[in-house]
Amino acid sequence: MTVPEPTSVRVERSRDTARGISTSLDANGTFVCNSIELPGRLSGVSITLRQGEVTAICGPNGAGKSSLLTCLAGIVPLAGGEVRLDGDLMATLALDDRARRVGYLPQQAELAWDLSVETLAGLGRLPWSLGAEADRTAIDRALGDMQLEDLRHRPLSRLSGGERARAMLARVLAGEPCWLLADEPLANLDLAHQIALLDHFRALAGQGLGVVLVLHDLAQAMNRADRVVVLQGGCVVADGSPDQALSEAVIAQVWGVSARWLGDAGQRALVI
Amino acid sequence: MTRPIPLLLLGLLIAVPLSLLAGRVWLDPFAEPVPNALIILTELRLPRAVLALVLGAGLGAAGAAMQGYLRNPLADPGLFGIAPGAALGAVLSFWTGLAGTPWVLPLFALLGAGGAMALLALIAGRTGSALLFTLAGMIIASLAGALMSLAISLSPTPFAMSEIVTWLMGALADRSWQEVWFAAPLTLVGIALLLRGAKALDALTLGEAAARSLGVDPRRLQWLMIGGVGLTVGAGVAAAGIIGFVGLIVPHLLRRYTDGRPSQLIVPSALAGALLLLVADVLCRVLPLQSELRLGIALSLLGAPFFLALLLRMRRDLA
Repeated sequence: MTVPEPTSVRVERSRDTARGISTSLDANGTFVCNSIELPGRLSGVSITLRQGEVTAICGPNGAGKSSLLTCLAGIVPLAGGEVRLDGDLMATLALDDRARRVGYLPQQAELAWDLSVETLAGLGRLPWSLGAEADRTAIDRALGDMQLEDLRHRPLSRLSGGERARAMLARVLAGEPCWLLADEPLANLDLAHQIALLDHFRALAGQGLGVVLVLHDLAQAMNRADRVVVLQGGCVVADGSPDQALSEAVIAQVWGVSARWLGDAGQRALVI
Repeated sequence: MTRPIPLLLLGLLIAVPLSLLAGRVWLDPFAEPVPNALIILTELRLPRAVLALVLGAGLGAAGAAMQGYLRNPLADPGLFGIAPGAALGAVLSFWTGLAGTPWVLPLFALLGAGGAMALLALIAGRTGSALLFTLAGMIIASLAGALMSLAISLSPTPFAMSEIVTWLMGALADRSWQEVWFAAPLTLVGIALLLRGAKALDALTLGEAAARSLGVDPRRLQWLMIGGVGLTVGAGVAAAGIIGFVGLIVPHLLRRYTDGRPSQLIVPSALAGALLLLVADVLCRVLPLQSELRLGIALSLLGAPFFLALLLRMRRDLA
């Protein structure tokens, strides 16, 4: 696999932060990948993510976006490198501990059995053992956040696509994670639901969560993320503020599309 | 939503005493005692009833766990190759002519189940993937099935052949406390293993990736499933031969009365499996036939219309 040269916009801060991480208090609230390797998918990816930010991971199909997310979720064994959560090595965390800190929403919303919204949200409590009272409080809050209180007893099979997506997210939120990793959460949603969901993510980051989203819609990433990581061929080619990481030059290089950003900050539109 | 557990317990409370009275010789508690009534009760009816309860509970629980593990409402504990493995062991005990010796038949059957479990773990490998697991189970089931047919075709005497064939049909007739003593503890340990995996099965509802992110260790879950299904099904086959459909029908019928989580289905399925096997066994022995209907055949006869009803419902839903 050819490794493209990093563009000038790459922010070279990840390695510095990663060094000496075990002694530094700075490690709190960070999610660090140190040159992680997944054969055929990721090669030498190093990034540092922070809680309280919405980070968008962008890139063409097959760039390794979902793979990076599964590495952050700690659900695939790495062939090389390391992932550190608040300075702790992910690979050595107890499974329950990791699950309590990192919530992961896969791309395909699989559901083998037709659960009610409330029961589904309850699955998010599986890593916890704080008793029924704490579970109920967390589930109620997650359903409230996703405006699903009225639908709590309804089976998932009788929900619309937008309600279903919210219910799946409520499952992750009920686990009260410090980090929310969502793989293409906007897929199959109409525009209104996309905007509502992005507003939710923004609010969660405001509450101090680290939010990491795989996004295909570059305009949404540009306008809604604090930080954008662009992947190509399993490597980070741009990492920084949306303006930097999604510049017209990067888009031309990575997607091979010459496009221009129009409009003001926060309301930009991509014109091809 | 009705909670099934109290109703099932009530059903068992009624069915167990009745099952002790029913049979070729009816015991009427209010009439003149039948000769040998006490012996019939304690040495024939009671072990048979206990065995039906134990095996039914094991098959029901194993089926519920299996459907949760494979995320498939039509999964059956027999799919894993453990039942055919146990049956092969039993067949070999007839084939070698050692089946007459006490404990040899169940021992061979349990060894067969253990061999199938080990093969399953070996072939399915370290990934803990349910798909590989299913394929491995099918390989073992087909291998054990072929070897069983081979053993039957090469059986040393016509007598051994008829013994094998009759035994394979599965029955609870003429069972004693001996079968209860080995089947009950093994089944209970098996159910306990399945229950230990219950939370992980719930997480698996969301798919393997999400389940891992919720802290599920797929390898631990696979071991619990192999151990739990192996012990319940292995003990069942060792005691009574192959009894199908209970593990498939029971969880399937009960699912709608639970909240859908696999963990909530295991105990009700154990109770319903016990009830179903007990009632089916009573029906087998009171039916006015020349010789008693084999339990395994009776349940298979029940299975076909069940699948037909399922198919008709699905066809309606698809239309």
